[in-house]
Amino acid sequence: MNATEKDLPQLEESFIEEAERIISQYPVSKRSASLPLLHLWQRHFGFVSPQGVQWIAEKLDLEPIAVEEIATFYPMIRQRPLGHYQFKVCRTLSCALAGSYEIFEYIKKSCKTVNEVGHHVYVSEDGKFSVEFVECLAACGNAPVMMLNEEEWMDVTQTKIDAILNHLIREKRKEEF
Amino acid sequence: MSALIKNPFNHDLPPLEAPLVNVQLDGQWVKVPKGLNIIEVAKRFGKFIPHYCYHPKLSIAGNCRMCLFEMGMPKLDANRKPVVDAEERPVINWLPRPQIACATQATEGMAIRTNSKLVKDCQEGVMEFLLINHPLDCPICDQAGECRLQEYAYDFGKGRSRFVEEKVKKPKRVDFGPRIILDDERCILCSRCIRFAREIAKQDVIGFVNRGSYSTLTVYPGRVFDSNYSLNTVDICPVGALTSKDFRFKMRVWFLREAKSICTECATGCNIIIGSRENIVYRLTPRVNEEVNSHWMCDQGRLGFHYIHSKKRVTEPASHLNGSLFPLEWSEALRTVAQKLMEFPPSEIAFLVSARLTCEELYLVKKLMETLGKGTEIFSEIIPRKGVADGLLRSADLNPNTKGAIGIGIGKEGRRIEELKNKIRAKEINCLFAIHENPEEVGIQEDILSSLSFYVWQGLIPGPAVHKANILLAGASFAEKSGTMINIAGRLQKLHKAILCPGRAREDWRILRDLLLLVGVKERVFEKINDVFDAMSKEIDLFESLSWNTVGDLGIDLSQKLKNRSIL
Ligand code: SF4
Ligand code: SF4
Ligand code: FES
Ligand code: FES
Repeated sequence: MNATEKDLPQLEESFIEEAERIISQYPVSKRSASLPLLHLWQRHFGFVSPQGVQWIAEKLDLEPIAVEEIATFYPMIRQRPLGHYQFKVCRTLSCALAGSYEIFEYIKKSCKTVNEVGHHVYVSEDGKFSVEFVECLAACGNAPVMMLNEEEWMDVTQTKIDAILNHLIREKRKEEF
Repeated sequence: MSALIKNPFNHDLPPLEAPLVNVQLDGQWVKVPKGLNIIEVAKRFGKFIPHYCYHPKLSIAGNCRMCLFEMGMPKLDANRKPVVDAEERPVINWLPRPQIACATQATEGMAIRTNSKLVKDCQEGVMEFLLINHPLDCPICDQAGECRLQEYAYDFGKGRSRFVEEKVKKPKRVDFGPRIILDDERCILCSRCIRFAREIAKQDVIGFVNRGSYSTLTVYPGRVFDSNYSLNTVDICPVGALTSKDFRFKMRVWFLREAKSICTECATGCNIIIGSRENIVYRLTPRVNEEVNSHWMCDQGRLGFHYIHSKKRVTEPASHLNGSLFPLEWSEALRTVAQKLMEFPPSEIAFLVSARLTCEELYLVKKLMETLGKGTEIFSEIIPRKGVADGLLRSADLNPNTKGAIGIGIGKEGRRIEELKNKIRAKEINCLFAIHENPEEVGIQEDILSSLSFYVWQGLIPGPAVHKANILLAGASFAEKSGTMINIAGRLQKLHKAILCPGRAREDWRILRDLLLLVGVKERVFEKINDVFDAMSKEIDLFESLSWNTVGDLGIDLSQKLKNRSIL
């Protein structure tokens, strides 16, 4: 157990075992396990905190800056929590031509995602929603395309957004009762 | 011998046993050691391949693309024999795409073009990319005047910009470490500083975060880049991204007068350049000497010079009478000292001499002692200074010329300091001449000094008991004098005078020369430091057959001679 593991009581045995299994797949250079471990951490915690970077670095006998470099290189490795509902709007050519920038603005307005936490990444005050641009989602024929969490939506219009949001709010209410 | 510091890489120094290969450089066939880096190949024949990320002593990153060149290999026929033209010269097959010179090594038959149309287009393109996000704050940038971005923009750039978009904004005035400020907008992402920190300073805390035009140089949060070698990154940063807190905004570099000298903060004697303007030293930077410090120096040595401009410095000869200081004429001060020195029996005189003096000065002290001693040995000692060797450059001896002092025969490496103290207490020694040392530093305090009948102090910044000195002589700092010193590895190296002494202070060898004249050594009058050196080489066998002019900028190895005399 290393120093950071003591600081992180929430690390379960199974998580550490999984990490160790991943590392064992790279016998030549442990360093190569950096990215898989970052994925593992993000899957588990939703984002990679500085503690996460530190923990991974110690596991791999690296200086933390080496892990930090990788974590920040990939925009989809998050350094901070995003919304509970995450909109990912495609901005590649077909979608851009079909109006994805307008869709983006519309979501921003409807969800009140006012805080820019990264390059073109916005989160709402209450942390419920976030919206960001992504590159081609491989459904160009049905542009504009977006994802809501892990679900893909095609031929997105403002009406569709309204319907989705209304649905989410209803779901949410149900949950609250 | 090789550098006292172990460089992880030496791309510019191929192994001596490397066989020679033929390469064609801009149409000319030349011979170079096999495997030599192409940037160095070009350099050896007076060509220049511009480069940012390449540094001869760091690993190859190949990320700046400034060093693109056109490469070719001899055309082979079906039997893998080189095809030759009418004049029997091999025909070259040029690769369609440019290569980076920094990651290419010379092989037999390789052809290199450093200034073809393709190469020029590449250089213009790379420069254009580097400049799009650059803030262009040259007017207030410390690097201006010695900035590779400025220089290459001038030499290899297009001369105009097509960029109309908005520049990426990045952090400015970032605290990069206790001695360095980082301007991220100026950084061209060459990673030299990162590699230096990792490979030489062994403090792997810096790196690039984010990606593309948002890539940003950062110190890992919560860590500091405070290595004693950190300021070398300021030197190797090709632009003004890293600046020294000590030097920043102090002086435009093109006003600096440069003098070659050596660092006197420890016995390694790193070769340096003293940058001064109008008699003020603004910075010290390392000067390449592969036998000593390679390209580097430590921060302590680099920043340790400020005392020479201290307000506390004694800048005129003076005498103490009833507790007050009276300025004197040099002639009067020296006459008094000479007279007094001759009055005491030799056994009552002691010289407390600094191992931070040059060999020439030590030699003159030695002569002075011999003249006064008339056959009896006069007591002399140096003050030893112990530090900690760090395995890189800094040595455990903090006196720059201990070996010189031993070689010339002054003192016993500081072993007799206690004896000196006791002898003064017992009034066996009644006259003390302290040269560039404060006796207080080794516990010879006011009460002990009070027992002396005559005390001369010569130096820069006096200690707390200086009012016990009857005469004060204002000496010169390392930047104000020329001379030689012998470093820890037995290398004789030169200091060159960079600035004039402040006020009426004088170079110490001139003070000592005048004293010698006054005590009666008239046969030789030294006009220049060269004369002193040449006289020394005749009288002290360690320097035999050397002359001032034969000691070049990189010094001379005396280690064998020192070993023969068991000084090393
Ligand atoms: S780094 Fe060079 S080009 Fe950039 S502002 Fe400084 S002097 Fe100008
Ligand atoms: S700060 Fe200087 S040395 Fe470091 S990466 Fe940037 S340009 Fe290169
Ligand atoms: S361009 Fe948007 S899905 Fe391909
Ligand atoms: S010097 Fe060759 S790529 Fe930078």
